[in-house]
Amino acid sequence: MKQELVPIHSFQQLTPEILELTFISDHLAATAQPGQFINIRVDNSFPLLRRPFSIFNIEGNKVSIIFNVIGTGTKVLARKRTGDTIDVLGPCGNHFLSFVDDSFDTALFIGGGIGVAPFPFLTSRYPAGKKVLTYVGGRQKDLIVQKGLRDPRIATDDGSLGFSGTVLDLIKRDLAASPVSRPRFFVCGPTRMMKAVAEYAKEIGASCYASLECDMACGIGLCQGCNIEMAAGDKKYRLVCKDGTIFETQSVKLP
Amino acid sequence: MIESFKLRDVEFKNRVLVASGTFGYGDEVPDLVDISRLGGIMTKSLSMKPRDGNPNPRITETSSGMLNSIGLANIGVHKFINEKLPALRAFDTRIIANIAASSVEEYCAVLELLDAESGVHGFEINVSCPNVKEGGLSFGTDPALVSRITRELRRRTAKPLIIKLTPNVTHISEFARACEAEGADALSVINTVIGMAVNIHKRTPKIATTTGGLSGPAVKPIALAKVYETVNAVKIPVIGIGGIVTWEDAAEFLIVGASMVQIGTANFINPSTGVTVAEGLKDFCAKNGLSDVGALVRTLQTNKTISVVDSWL
Repeated sequence: MKQELVPIHSFQQLTPEILELTFISDHLAATAQPGQFINIRVDNSFPLLRRPFSIFNIEGNKVSIIFNVIGTGTKVLARKRTGDTIDVLGPCGNHFLSFVDDSFDTALFIGGGIGVAPFPFLTSRYPAGKKVLTYVGGRQKDLIVQKGLRDPRIATDDGSLGFSGTVLDLIKRDLAASPVSRPRFFVCGPTRMMKAVAEYAKEIGASCYASLECDMACGIGLCQGCNIEMAAGDKKYRLVCKDGTIFETQSVKLP
Repeated sequence: MIESFKLRDVEFKNRVLVASGTFGYGDEVPDLVDISRLGGIMTKSLSMKPRDGNPNPRITETSSGMLNSIGLANIGVHKFINEKLPALRAFDTRIIANIAASSVEEYCAVLELLDAESGVHGFEINVSCPNVKEGGLSFGTDPALVSRITRELRRRTAKPLIIKLTPNVTHISEFARACEAEGADALSVINTVIGMAVNIHKRTPKIATTTGGLSGPAVKPIALAKVYETVNAVKIPVIGIGGIVTWEDAAEFLIVGASMVQIGTANFINPSTGVTVAEGLKDFCAKNGLSDVGALVRTLQTNKTISVVDSWL
C-alpha cells in the first residue's frame, strides 16, 4: 500500500450519467487486485476526507475508476482536467480472486448501477478456464455501464435497455431456462439489490460474495468508522475497509 | 536543532505525537509512515474487556471536520499486551497507553496491568467516557471525579501520567487545576467537541448515536482557546490537540503555550502528517534562528497592536 500523487490521463463519458477517470500509476498497476479500492483525496482542502472508489480497470500503467456526480467529492473530481494530479492511497481491502477456487463452477458477476465498477477488472484477471455469466442492472439505461464486460446481460427497472425488471428477475429467468452447475455469485450494487441476490443465492444453495460500500475516513483500519455487523462469531463488527470490502453474504448482517 | 521534550524521565524525540484512536496500535501503517520520526504514539483507548463499539453509521463528514461515534471499540488490555505490545516495543518511538474505562476501579486495574509492562512509557487517561455507576454522565465533566481518578492513578504509577480533558465544560481551567493538584504530569487539550449532523431527506441523525465527537480543522480555534485557558491556569505541560493538519497549525499551538502537540483526524487523510509537521516545525525554527523547537512555546504576544491587515494574514 502506498500514498502517491498521480497524474490524470483522461476522462471518458461512459453514459450520460457515468464518468470514467483514468490516471497513471505504476504502483497500482503492479500490485492491485480485482475488487480492491483506492481512497482518493480529491482536492487539497475540500472535502476534508478521502473518498473510496473501486478499481474499474487497469491496462498497462493506466488505472481507472468510474463515478456519477452525486456528492461533494464527485463534484470536485468531475471538475478535474487531464494533467491535474490527485492524491491516491491504495490498493486497499481484500479482493475477489481470493474467493475463486474449485468449490464452484460458474461465477455470476452481478453489478447494480455504479456497483458494476469492480467487474471489468475482475473480468480481465479471471481464470480463463472458468465459466462466467455477467449481469448488469440499473434503474434506467443511463446507469448501465457495459465497457470491459464480457457479453453482459442487461436489466433496467423501466425497460429502457434490455430486460424490463430487476437484475434478479432476469437471473432467475435465465437460470430456470438453462441451469448452471455449482454457481457462485459475486455482487456489487445497492444494498437492497445485494440483499435480494444474497437471499436468492441462499435459496438455491449457492455461495454469494458481496462487495460492500460504507462511508469511511481512512480506508486502512485506523478510524474504525466503517463497521459492518457480523451474523455470528466472536466479533460483533468487522471493518468494511480492511476485513472487506468483500464478505460472504451469510457471514454479515447487510444493513 | 533540539526537538526533544521530557516528561518525568521519559524523553520524546520531538514534540509531535499521534492522537489516540487515529493511529490504531501503530501496526496498520508501517508501509506508509516512518514511525521512528514521530515523538510518540498515543494508543487506541484500552479498556479492561474488549469493546465492540457503536453501530454503524459511526462517522460523517461535516464542514472542515468529521463527527464520530466509534464508541471506544478496542481489543481490551490483555490482548493489547499479548498481541500488540511486542511489535510496539520494536518501534523507535514513545508508546503512551491511552486508557478508557467505565469506573474508577477499571481505570486503576487497566493502568496497573500496563504499568508492569516494558514498552509502555506512560499513560494518557481519557476521562470523556460515560461513568456507568453515575448514570452514564461523562467522568470528565465532574471536577471531583477527575480529581479522584488522577489521585488514584498517580498512586499507582511513576510513569508519566497525562489526563486528556474534554472541552465540553464551562471552565476547562477548573479541571486542569484539579489534575495538577493531584500530581498529573501533563494535560492533553482537547478531546472532541460534542456535535450533531442531520440527514434532511430521511430526517435522521447522520450517525447512529445522534450526537458524537467533532474533530478536524473545524475545532482548531476552539482547541487553541482551551489550550490558552489551560496554560494560564497551570504550570504542568499542556499537549495541544485539535485540527492540526500542517506544521503552521502546530506552531500556533506551541506559541499559545502547548509544550507538545498531537495529530488526530489528519492521520485519516495522510497517515504521515506527524512526520511532516515535525519536519516543518524544525525548519521554521531554523529559519527564525532558534536552536530549540521549545523556544516557540508560550511566546504569544498579546500586548502588540494587531492591525486589521495582520489578522487576515
